Amino acid sequence: MILAWILGILMFSGLISWIVGRFNKEAPRWIALAALLANSVLLIVIWIKSMALADLNLNNQWFLEFDREWIPFFGIRFHLAMDGLSLLLLLLTNLLGILSVLISWKEIEHRTGFFHFNILFILAGISGVFLAEDLFLFYFFWEVMLIPMYFLIAIWGHENRVYASYKFFLFTQGGGLLMLLSILGLYFHNAGITGVYTFDIVELVKHSSTSSLAGLFMAGFLIAFGVKIPAIPLHSWLPDAHTEAPTAGSIILAGLLLKTGIYGLIRIVIPLFPDLSLSIAPFAMAIGVAGVLYGAKLAFAQTDLKRLVAYTSISHMGFIIIGIYAFNSIAFRGAVMQIIAHALSTGALFVIAGIVQDRLHTRELKNIGGLWDDMPGLGGFSFVFVMASLGLPSLANFVAEFMILLGTFLSNPLWAILASLGLIVSVIYSLRIMQKVFFGPKLSSYKTHDINLREVVILSALLIPVVYFGIFPRPVFRTLATPVNSGIFLENDRVNSDNSSQNKSYIMKSVNEPLPSLKTKVELNVLPTIGKEDKNEQN
Amino acid sequence: MINIPMEHALIVAILLFIIGLAGALMRRNLVYILLSVEIMLNAAGFAFVVAGARWMQPDGQVMFIFILTMAAAEVSVGLALILRIYHNLKTMDADDVSKIKPN
Amino acid sequence: MQNLLWTIPFLPLAGFLILSIGSKWLSPKASSTIGVSTVAISTLVSILVAIEFISGIGTSHIFKQELGTWIDVPGFSSNFGFYLDSLSMVFVFIVSFVGFLIHLYSAFFMKDDEGIVRYFAWMNLFMASMLILVMADNLLMLYLGWEGVGLCSYLLIGYWYKDPKNGYAGRKAFIVTRIGDTAMAIGLFFLFRSFGTLNINEILHYVSLEWISGSPDAKIAALLLLGGAVGKSAQLPLQTWLPDAMAGPSPVSALIHAATMVTAGVYLIARTNLIFSMAPNVMLLVAAFGAIILVLAGFSALVQSDIKRVLAYSTISQIGYMFLALGVGAWSAGIFHFFVHAFFKALLFLAAGVVIIRLKEEHDMFKMGGLRKKMPLVFYTFIAGAASLSALPLVTAGFFSKDKILMDAFLSPDSGIVLWIAGLVGAGLTALYTTRMIILTFFGDMKIEPEKISSKALNIPLVILAVLSIVAGYIEMAPLHLFSKFMAFSLPELNQPEGAALGFILPVISGLVVFTGIFLAWYFYQKRPEVTYNIKKSAIGSFLYNLWFNGWAFDEFYDKVFVQPYIFLARINKNDFIDLFYTEISNLMIRLNDWALLTQTGRLRWYLALITVGVIFGITIIIFL
Repeated sequence: MILAWILGILMFSGLISWIVGRFNKEAPRWIALAALLANSVLLIVIWIKSMALADLNLNNQWFLEFDREWIPFFGIRFHLAMDGLSLLLLLLTNLLGILSVLISWKEIEHRTGFFHFNILFILAGISGVFLAEDLFLFYFFWEVMLIPMYFLIAIWGHENRVYASYKFFLFTQGGGLLMLLSILGLYFHNAGITGVYTFDIVELVKHSSTSSLAGLFMAGFLIAFGVKIPAIPLHSWLPDAHTEAPTAGSIILAGLLLKTGIYGLIRIVIPLFPDLSLSIAPFAMAIGVAGVLYGAKLAFAQTDLKRLVAYTSISHMGFIIIGIYAFNSIAFRGAVMQIIAHALSTGALFVIAGIVQDRLHTRELKNIGGLWDDMPGLGGFSFVFVMASLGLPSLANFVAEFMILLGTFLSNPLWAILASLGLIVSVIYSLRIMQKVFFGPKLSSYKTHDINLREVVILSALLIPVVYFGIFPRPVFRTLATPVNSGIFLENDRVNSDNSSQNKSYIMKSVNEPLPSLKTKVELNVLPTIGKEDKNEQN
Repeated sequence: MINIPMEHALIVAILLFIIGLAGALMRRNLVYILLSVEIMLNAAGFAFVVAGARWMQPDGQVMFIFILTMAAAEVSVGLALILRIYHNLKTMDADDVSKIKPN
Repeated sequence: MQNLLWTIPFLPLAGFLILSIGSKWLSPKASSTIGVSTVAISTLVSILVAIEFISGIGTSHIFKQELGTWIDVPGFSSNFGFYLDSLSMVFVFIVSFVGFLIHLYSAFFMKDDEGIVRYFAWMNLFMASMLILVMADNLLMLYLGWEGVGLCSYLLIGYWYKDPKNGYAGRKAFIVTRIGDTAMAIGLFFLFRSFGTLNINEILHYVSLEWISGSPDAKIAALLLLGGAVGKSAQLPLQTWLPDAMAGPSPVSALIHAATMVTAGVYLIARTNLIFSMAPNVMLLVAAFGAIILVLAGFSALVQSDIKRVLAYSTISQIGYMFLALGVGAWSAGIFHFFVHAFFKALLFLAAGVVIIRLKEEHDMFKMGGLRKKMPLVFYTFIAGAASLSALPLVTAGFFSKDKILMDAFLSPDSGIVLWIAGLVGAGLTALYTTRMIILTFFGDMKIEPEKISSKALNIPLVILAVLSIVAGYIEMAPLHLFSKFMAFSLPELNQPEGAALGFILPVISGLVVFTGIFLAWYFYQKRPEVTYNIKKSAIGSFLYNLWFNGWAFDEFYDKVFVQPYIFLARINKNDFIDLFYTEISNLMIRLNDWALLTQTGRLRWYLALITVGVIFGITIIIFL
């Protein structure tokens, strides 16, 4: 029931904001803030409870579930479920939601009711995506994310907003339609075999790989998620959308929307098509590496501050793709950490870009410079986030990137080495940000004042986790592993009992085991274990 | 009654229709286009009557009355429109009328 | 005392936090007080630890402290832990003690600078990172310190940020060292893949058990670690950043780019010596790199006019000596040279700093001159440092350390003679350029009148370092060999054939070379400077001059081959050619739309005609299909 509340609070407050917005301009902000805070309280309570559950060692995959009939004629159920990964992502959603409401406090002046309606519905859509266990429901929330975002960019964006919002909409919708085709394909295929019409993921997993069209189905999903992640070459929409969106929109886009693509990969594509996923892994890693390097190169070339930060998103997400398709538990954990670290640090960079734009009325780097004089506080914060962007140890991004590269190296040294080049190119663009914005001579004629309390609070709320998880990443990893959640990949006891388990043995039963397939598919000297005794066992 | 083969009558109907169609396509004056449309309608009605005579059913004649009714309605509306066009644009040339399209 | 190990790096770290968070509210005096005192207390603790360590060296030669877990996931875990043996003890002592002296110096040197809070914050952060680096018990934590010092180096080089050139120098440093760091990171992955752990002792243990000498695994690991070392230590082929790093304030150059950060590579190789020992080819490479760069940098130092750049190239050269020592297996000799080098190089930089500020920011030696009368203290301490650098026989510490290296190189089995000759040539060059530096700066006609700036804070460090530059070598003198005995607790001994006879000949030869160098410098710069001028003007002379001045064209090469192409590629693709694909699709749609629009003519008869055609078409299809 709580899960439904989480979504319900967001949607309901969205509607209220819109209505109230007609009478009072400031009220929607408070309503939105209140709703998000209420949600956060709920989630924190769940989090604390889940930590306790972790010690009980239950054998459930989900620790919260909500399952109701919705449209029985088509076999659609309103099935929400939460495990460690969803919990982490929902916490992130709420945090970034609160921060985006706070950052728009002064930035958005007209039609605030509708603005907050859009924000809350986007967040509701995202939360729904992270919770949905029924493919139709998943698709429903996928579309719910899309339309309000379009409005957000089109109405409150910057100069080129119409172009950017159209582009964003067409790309995402195009991908989404292909995904719909795949979903329907799976639906009918499953019905053909079992005679039951259902959209439930758990059910579909049983027969998903047996279809002759499985490759096409997976392609549909991959394109939809690939657009979102974004994976080269489907990334074109991102720079425009991120640049032209208002700051709150950019934070939500970079911090959350991109992650829904990754989540889709983890939750849907890999469990539904394990064999195929394994076989395309090298190709996927190549795309990831291309994203890392190409994104970095493009970031370096930009003269618009926000566009630069937008391209860095492509670069960081490339790491996540690599981390997931390495099929290695260390890399996977690194990928999840990168999700969080990237959301926080890139979100912060967008906040900073927004602050700069707000003060200097420009995003062009050639008109900005020497801001450290007037804004040392902002400089200090930016410095930390820029360092996070380039992967400085003691910050969360380093833990993430290191683990991804380490894990990938264990199974695919070549790709890991290529991806490590990303460490070098990330320095080039990150330092460009610092140099052009804060150092050097002052190029703008505007007099600015340093950041005020509200901005300090926002930036600190982002800085503290980045630094904290850099030194103590344990909370993240511990949440991920609750409750013994056989976790990220669907563990399907039912699957194992139906089909011969050797076919499904490469589905990771739990994040705690390295992928057994590594033994056979990839020649390794040593598996990632500690100590010599283990090595003897496996050899 | 002399037995006229149905095909002959239908050919007459077709010829009438073609005359009407040609007129509609080739005349520029709106009234003449309306006239030609009338001819086409009559041709269609004639085809129906022929068919009714062939099958010895009154339905053919019934359809003709329908068509006549509809033609009357359509002509009144059409003439009203032509009057309005003439009043506004002082022309009854079909091509000139299309120039009211905003560019 | 072991339990206080954590305070050594954490005191400066606390200083960094206080100074950065409270920067708005701290006065310059307060910030320098905080900045210096954290390092002072840290130094005190490290001295106390050192005393306890040395006195108990017979029984236990390792101090440890576990702080907690950093990352702990199934398959990979890494902790925060400190490990202190004699190797790290030496580094801890040097870093904190020399660091303290430099902080003290900076309190006066930077007192009028408006960004002094920033300065001390970053200097403290640097101290913390460097200390973490040398005390880390696992490679991941070492990497943490490694990157931390790189970061502080970038920040402090670009300290005077108003001038974009400084920022550029800082970026260059960061990027070039990052290339090395990435190689090292890959080395870390490789070691983890081989052994499942990043703990240094465990790794070395497994190495001794599993790898045999000459195995390809050892070669790969050693090469990758070497990559990291050459980046941080400004050695071949990544040495280009150090001369430009002189854009930072002189105390920064003294601390980071002379005494401590650039020696991190030396530390790394010494710490993982077992891996290198397993890869003799790589060791030879290390020695070769060291030998080559020490000569190349020596030539470059000879023609510089900026006094700090001379010292920068000199640092590259001296670290080349350390690499040379490590490469032939003379581990403790290399560390001993580091030990002594920290003193005299820091001294030289600090003294040069005094010269520079007293001459109103003049760096060009050719505009200096005759300063020895007006700045006696600086002059004498500078002489002490320079003498040690040139390894003046018997009286200076530099002599003991450099000659030990030369001896060990000579006796080394693979091409030892070649290495020895290179070292000898380097020694001659060192004497040459050092004396040149002294003559140009302190002798001759005074061209600029120095201002009266003097302070105990400036002078005390100079004097202390000068004294140390002279006497520090005596602890290694035969038959004491205190230093080597100390290092023997953590580093393997070099098995050298006893060359008793050589024990006299080699130092004599090097002494002669040193004196020759001094003489030549005197001749060409004091006695007959016009000869030098003519040589410089000649065809060969100017070619060599330009070549050496620009660091043997490495910079130019990298610029043409890597930097410019990258910038070019970035610039032409600023709008992302992949985007073109999608814009073309939308353009195509627009064009199709334009064509489709053609049917909407607005002409009545046209529509009629179309309807007719359509109906005929439809009827045909229905009839025939």
